[in-house]
Amino acid sequence: MTKIIVDGTEIDVPPEYTLLQACEAAGAEIPRFCFHERLSIAGNCRMCLIEVQGMPKPQASCAMGVRDLPPNKDGTPKILHTRTPMVRKAREGVMEFLLINHPLDCPICDQGGECDLQDQAMAYGVDSSRYAENKRAVEEKYIGPLVKTIMTRCIHCTRCVRFAAEVAGVPELGAIGRGEDMEITTYLEQAMSSELQGNVVDLCPVGALTSKPYAFSARPWELNKTESIDMMDALGSAIRVDTRGREVMRILPRVNEDVNEEWISDKTRHVVDGLRAQRLDQPYLREHGRLRPATWNEAFGAIASKLKLTRPERIGAISGDLAAVEEMFALKDLVTRLGSKNLDVRQDGSVLDPALGRATYLFNATLAGVEKTDALLIVGSNPRKEAAVLNARIRKRWRAGKFPIGVIGEKADLTYPYEYLGAGPETLAEVAAGKHGFAKTLQQAERPLVLIGAGALARADGAGVASLAAKAAVALGAVKDGWNGFSVLQTAASRVGALDLGFVPGQGGLAAAAMGKAGALDVIFLLGADEVDVAPGAFVVYIGTHGDAGAHRADVILPGAAYTEKSGITVNTEGRVQISSRAGFPPGDAREDWAILRALSDVLGHKLPYDTLGALRKALFAAYPHLQRIDQIAAGDPADIKKLAGLGGAPDKAPFHSAIEDFYLTNPIARASATMAECSALAEDRTSMTAAE
Amino acid sequence: MLDDKDRVFKNLYGLGDWGLAGARKRGSWDGTKAILEKGREGIVNELKASGLRGRGGAGFPTGLKWSFMPKTVGERPHYLVVNADESEPGTCKDREIMRHDPHLLVEGCLIAGCAMAANIGYIYVRGEFIRERERLQAAIDQAYEAKLIGKKNIHGFDFDLYVHHGAGAYICGEEMALLESLEGKKGQPRLKPPFPANVGLYGCPTTVNNVESIAVAPDIMRRGAAWFSGIGRPNNTGTKLFCISGHVNKPCTVEEAMGVPLRELIETHAGGVRGGWDNLLAVIPGGSSMPLIPAFQCDELKMDFDGCAALKSSLGTAAVIVMDKSTDIIKAMARIAYFYKHESCGQCTPCREGMGWMWRVLTRMAEGRAQKREIDMLFEVTKQIEGHTICAFGDGAAWPVQGLLRHFRPEIERRIDQYAANPHSDPVQVAAE
Repeated sequence: MTKIIVDGTEIDVPPEYTLLQACEAAGAEIPRFCFHERLSIAGNCRMCLIEVQGMPKPQASCAMGVRDLPPNKDGTPKILHTRTPMVRKAREGVMEFLLINHPLDCPICDQGGECDLQDQAMAYGVDSSRYAENKRAVEEKYIGPLVKTIMTRCIHCTRCVRFAAEVAGVPELGAIGRGEDMEITTYLEQAMSSELQGNVVDLCPVGALTSKPYAFSARPWELNKTESIDMMDALGSAIRVDTRGREVMRILPRVNEDVNEEWISDKTRHVVDGLRAQRLDQPYLREHGRLRPATWNEAFGAIASKLKLTRPERIGAISGDLAAVEEMFALKDLVTRLGSKNLDVRQDGSVLDPALGRATYLFNATLAGVEKTDALLIVGSNPRKEAAVLNARIRKRWRAGKFPIGVIGEKADLTYPYEYLGAGPETLAEVAAGKHGFAKTLQQAERPLVLIGAGALARADGAGVASLAAKAAVALGAVKDGWNGFSVLQTAASRVGALDLGFVPGQGGLAAAAMGKAGALDVIFLLGADEVDVAPGAFVVYIGTHGDAGAHRADVILPGAAYTEKSGITVNTEGRVQISSRAGFPPGDAREDWAILRALSDVLGHKLPYDTLGALRKALFAAYPHLQRIDQIAAGDPADIKKLAGLGGAPDKAPFHSAIEDFYLTNPIARASATMAECSALAEDRTSMTAAE
Repeated sequence: MLDDKDRVFKNLYGLGDWGLAGARKRGSWDGTKAILEKGREGIVNELKASGLRGRGGAGFPTGLKWSFMPKTVGERPHYLVVNADESEPGTCKDREIMRHDPHLLVEGCLIAGCAMAANIGYIYVRGEFIRERERLQAAIDQAYEAKLIGKKNIHGFDFDLYVHHGAGAYICGEEMALLESLEGKKGQPRLKPPFPANVGLYGCPTTVNNVESIAVAPDIMRRGAAWFSGIGRPNNTGTKLFCISGHVNKPCTVEEAMGVPLRELIETHAGGVRGGWDNLLAVIPGGSSMPLIPAFQCDELKMDFDGCAALKSSLGTAAVIVMDKSTDIIKAMARIAYFYKHESCGQCTPCREGMGWMWRVLTRMAEGRAQKREIDMLFEVTKQIEGHTICAFGDGAAWPVQGLLRHFRPEIERRIDQYAANPHSDPVQVAAE
């Protein structure tokens, strides 16, 4: 620790602190534009200048370390000033320079109200301009469908350039030109290809980069802000849902160091218009082959009369990827009361089985734990598509150095280099047996991480693959005291929660794919399940939000609430229990899913014993106590992985595929979004262009 | 006047043979092995004793700079980088060395490399210097062939020397931008600290020196520090190349003792000011980035670091730009401001935004199309740039304007009055918001 005096306050700071951090630790506020905690230091905006006693010039506090300060000859602590006239004058000068070529278009700027330049101009700006020349104007650039550019407003802080190069790992942004002609661009004005590009909008301290889909639609001070949890992938990123009236206007990231740091993927951010389109806002009934609007009573009546004629074992329920724990609990409860064991959440045909123990389906290393690993084996996964934010963290770890990465499965651009080991289970078997060169690298590592993609387990031979992967993890030293590196990367937000509930077939029950087969069942409840095919014949009750595949197949549609419209518990891929909040109300007659199930149960004569969400949660917590420990992880037992390794099985030779083909269209909400459709089309063009080369 | 025997650059005008044979005749490569045998400490101490100050403009003691390199070579190799990106307007000394006496530089590189335990040297040559680079490369090839440098050379210190050709950006003459450019990146200055002696080229300890500083090192080693420090004044020792351009009868580059009076320099070597000494308006003593010095101060001006600093200017690269009374001094400074506006790298705010502002105001002032209050405003703008930037470019661009405002304010005011006295149909200037 080093002693330092900031504005008369003496404090102890670690020597690796920058002066800016030291000043903040002492409670002094330092204005900044280019500096960002999670990006490299550029030191180019010059707004954070402070006075260091003994130095003639003001110093950029973001760029100078405490240990870089030349010590005072008499050994007294260095003295910093952040409020002297010299500092004030320097900052006012910088502010004036920033403003001379910045347009005064705040009234039509989307950044208005949350603009760093606006805020800091209040502190360091002067009332009028002395600049009598013409202002610079810069042409707009096309950088994709998500980020709108008004480059005249750019103050050249290069946060976006650094983000693209460092965090996203897709160095598509850069500065061309020199001096006042410097411009930020994607060089050839191509759309950015990163799945994290939306974050540059948050990073931009001015209105140069704003959200294109959100353009001109609301002002920050009109919005209600609700802190919630994302459901677009299995990470459970922390988000803030901004609503005006009942409409979700935008989704922004929140800081959660354990999960998403402060990034979110483009799907998380820009799925917003999907929440408005294709919504189911009243019940529907199929009559003479066509769906017609119906009342709740009509719909419930139709279900009740159908169920009366159905034997319990001919009833089944499949839960989708966006369901919260509460409604799955209610559905399981109801179906069990109806006497059926046909339950499944694994639409994709995955083999994960809660009976084998929680450790066999969790990302045991934890998301933040990725930064502690020193070697990584990716099996049958493309984390860039399956969990873009996690991929950024893997990349962050890789940037820190000494991080060998091996991939078994698809050859894809993951934004970091890796050693390609092979395509299928055979290679995995080689690695597990220690015959492969990379096995040694993993064995030498202190905390190796074996990342298994959902795609590797959602195959006919998935059980064999799971066992083989577990065997590899155990053999390579990924499972030992104090470290569990066997990590399954789920892709569905509901998956871990459902597995925790045991939302899988009971003794003799049918799995999802079997339920969908012709003649297998007579009545199937789909809880937002759109990724599973149900053959003609069965009577389908669809509880969901969007007119997607499930609704098209349905005989009765019961309109539910999307993830922003209800409070629900989710469990992310690492087993972290999180609770989302309601930001708005579902449209029209739509209701929260658990309430629909509760009302339906009454009509069916199997009344569920909870009348409120609170009561439901009480029952839920009584049955599954770990679900009440919000934001905590109930760790799995490593012994389960050893047991899984012992199961064996015979994987075939087919190569692994990622669970996700199109990052932008993985769920009904995303498929209803025009923005996501545009991104998807662009991504497809890019793929075919690269293929053509 | 400097004695011929004291000259370091004996083939400055290219009258003799530039090649190895000629250089040897002039004394180069003589006893180099003995010099290297003094070891790191010995060479650095000798150089410190000589009082040599960097010839690139800032005048930092060269021996001291060399001594900053880590004492032992760790995991990271040491590098010597020679800054031959001579782009300062008015300066034309390094090119003369490279094309007429390149072996001085090559031998200097070997000695400097030995003094800082660097086995690899890079010479970053300005993009526009095509012939200079060819000549320098030829000299290096000769030295390789004669086993003077390279691996297993006759001096017993492995040393490889590479020439890198820049792309012609002024900012790449700034040492940190030069390193970035050498690494293949966009030439933008890096932040200091860390200083290059710690983290320089490719993250390794590096020292960047000007061509002239390196080229005089062999002679200092051979003739001794006492000889070098005996020339000039204390703290401003040795000989220096002066580049005299502008309104003189015979513009030239000449080697002179430090501290030579300006008048003597111009009159002995450059044939005097056009129209006589009394026709002098002002000089810029050290390349375009230094404040000008008006004629009335020039009589007593001694051309060295302290002499120029006493007049709030600086010796810089010792590129003396002479302006006689026919010069439109405001227009001249506006032109210099345009140069800096064009060459600013755009990385940090004060420089990026301030250069264009200064240039635009000066252009109007050159016509007289300005307000008198703008003179003070312009001065404030230069003060807002100076000292607030990442590199010294901002200072170097602000100083000439400050020099103009300090010494020629009446001229600007006269120009404004003259313009205002005549009817014009200009719109009233309104501040852009």
